Parts: sequence; C-alpha cells; structure tokens
Amino acid sequence: MTKKSTEILVGLFVLLGALALVFLALQSANLLKVAQLSGTGTYTVQARFDNIGGLKVRAPVRSAGVEIGRVKRIALDPKTYQGLVTMELRADVDFPKDSSAKILTSGLLGDQYIGLEPGAEEQNLKDGDTVELTQSAIVLESLISQFLFSGNSKSSSSSSNGAAATPAAPAASGAQP
Amino acid sequence: MTDLIALLGQKTLDWLRALGQAARFFVDLLRYSPLALRRFGLVVAQIHAIGNRSLSIICASGLAVGFVLALQLYYVLTTFGAASSLGLVVNLALMRELGPVIAALLFAGRAGTSLTAEIGLMKAGEQLSAMELMAVDPRARVLAPRFLGGVIAVPLLTAMFCAVGIMGAYVVAVLMIGIDSGEFWGGMQNRVDVWHDVGNGILKGVVFGFLCTFIALFQGYQATPTPGGVAYATTRGVVVSSLLVLAVDFLLTAVLFSVR
Repeated sequence: MTKKSTEILVGLFVLLGALALVFLALQSANLLKVAQLSGTGTYTVQARFDNIGGLKVRAPVRSAGVEIGRVKRIALDPKTYQGLVTMELRADVDFPKDSSAKILTSGLLGDQYIGLEPGAEEQNLKDGDTVELTQSAIVLESLISQFLFSGNSKSSSSSSNGAAATPAAPAASGAQP
Repeated sequence: MTDLIALLGQKTLDWLRALGQAARFFVDLLRYSPLALRRFGLVVAQIHAIGNRSLSIICASGLAVGFVLALQLYYVLTTFGAASSLGLVVNLALMRELGPVIAALLFAGRAGTSLTAEIGLMKAGEQLSAMELMAVDPRARVLAPRFLGGVIAVPLLTAMFCAVGIMGAYVVAVLMIGIDSGEFWGGMQNRVDVWHDVGNGILKGVVFGFLCTFIALFQGYQATPTPGGVAYATTRGVVVSSLLVLAVDFLLTAVLFSVR
C-alpha cells in the first residue's frame, strides 16, 4: 500500500511537471502561433529595403494590422547593398504581385514589423517571389537631422548666404524615407 | 625552494587525480543508469524522495520570486512608460536565468545535501562495503537510481518553478496592480519563443540536474567515513554544486542565447 501511494505521488509530480511545461509552452510562449503558422503551410517572399532600421528575425508581418507571417531571414544583398528580408507568409492568404511592403513601427518606440499592402494586379505572389515596391524604415536620427538641417538652412539663407543652403538640401532629401 | 615546487606539483597531481576520479565516477553512473531503468521501482522511490519533497520549497520560492519580480519591475518599467511589457520581462527573466539557476540552487540545498549525507553515512556504516561483499554493486543498486531520480526531477522542478513564478507575477501585476491581462499574456506570447526561450531554459534545467546530482553523489561516495568527514562532504557538496551551477550557467547562456 505504501509503495502504491509512493507511485501515485510520483505520478502526480511528473504530471505537475508536464502541466507546467504545457503552461509555459502554450500560455506564456508562442507554440500556438508556431503551430498555427506551420499548420496552414507557408510560402516565402523576399523584399529589398534601403534601410531595415531595427527589424529583427521573427518580427511579425502584418496586413491591415492582422498578423499573416513572420520575418524568416535578414541579409545584406551584396550587389545592391540593400537589406534582403525573407518572410514566411501563411499559405491561406494570397497577395497580388504588385503589393507593397513597408517597415512600420508599432507605437512610437515599439518593435518594428513589416506591413504588406495589397496591390491591384490579377496574379498573386508565389513562393520565392520578390515584393518590388518597398518603403524603408523611418530612422529617427535622419528625421531629426533633416529637421535640424532644414531649420539651419532657412536661417542661413535668410542671412543672405545662399551657398550653405545648397549642400544641406541633398542631405535633407536623402533622409526622406 | 624545491619544497615549494614540490608542493605545487603535489597540489596539481592531487587536483588532477580528483578530476580523474570524478570523471570515472560520472562515466560509471552513466553506465549503470540503463541498468537502474530496468528496476524502475528504485528510481520512482528516489524521485519521490528528491522531487516530491522538494515541491513545496520550489513552489514557494517560485511564487515569491514571481511576486517580487513583478513588483520591482513594475516600479522600474512605469518610469519608462513600459509597464505593458512587464509580463514579457518577467517571463524571459524566469525562463532564461532565474528559473533554472534558483531551482538548481534550491535542489542542491534541499535534496543534494540529503543525498550526500545518506551516501556518506552508508559508507561510514560500511553498508556499501557489505553490499560489495554480497556481490551487489552499490553503484548500480544505490547510486544510479538516485542519479536518475535527480536527473528526471530537476527539469520538472525547473518548469514548475517558472510556471509558478509567472502565475505569481500574474497575481501581482494583473490582480493587484491592475495591468491589463491581455497585455500581460499577449506580450509574452508575441516575444517568447517555445524553443529558443522555454526549450533552452529547460535544457539548462537538465544540465543542472546532471551537475547537482552528480556532485552530491560524488561527495558522498568520496567522503571520509567519519561523522566529521560526512559533515565536511555535505558542506562541500553544496558549495561546489552552487558555484558550478553559477559558472556553467554563464557558459550556457553564452552558448545558447548568443545573438544569431
């Protein structure tokens, strides 16, 4: 009898451990999302960005705010020196070929994610296709410097020094996202 | 001068000998473990002694750590207006570091000491020699089931520690402070990865299980068979396994969680 109760207690112990693991995996981690993403099957799409900002691997891909995929890989394209982002999209959502990808930020200082906006073409993106229309991440530093330089150039041009305004202008337009 | 050099040589040799003994002991334990699996009743009894009886202290500590972590982080994070990421930070802190390490330290203190003392006293009472006389290998009959019990129990205890800690943080953050529960859980589910965070945390638990149980058994087996020797071995077991857990934790973190 005592041996039996020991076994029951140990069984309960192992059960509790298993429950804790299930809790950690389902409630406090992304197993459900991983399963959801892999359950429907995925296809991969690439996009080139001039600047990916703070985008990270496993960042979400959203369309109209709804999560439809994840960033799988980030690399530098050695030919164009652009950021090459590979993303996995759920197989049950199709996007037209001329869809555009933007790097957006959730909240003012939140995480960056990719926003896909559907285009109008008849054909859909297939596995391995590239999204041609992209918009880079907004980099706060260039925004600030743009603001600062444009403020400077105004004040300097008002002081009738036209030469200072010319070099500032391309820098400002280069920072335009 | 030559005395000094001789002392240095002797110390080095002693150290190497101890290391070799430990390695051989570890290999022995691994070799006899499958044998112990065949007599699973012994292992079950050990899991009961090691695991079940550590449950209360693990859960109480997990709860306390979760409470305090949530409270402290809330004070810090509100100054940045980032209280919504409280759940995420608590989860990552518990899963990656605090859970495995504190569970292992508690295990070394709660169960490791009793293992060392038990084996040490068996040795002092010449029970181990008596077994050998009866052609029963004490390593297979006494040590291997305890080893397996520890190795099985520690990862489970780690998981429970983390789960209870997260629930404790939930109680403080959501029920007491009033953070939105959707924010609390959603923040975790968005950023905590099953394999990279939870899986590696449990993997740490497995490694610490091997480490703590092995050191506890080794210290008991090597103890000088006197009351003083057993006492010394018990203390030494806790000190060595605590320090090793901390050192190995650093190495594991460097390897497992390196930025890809």
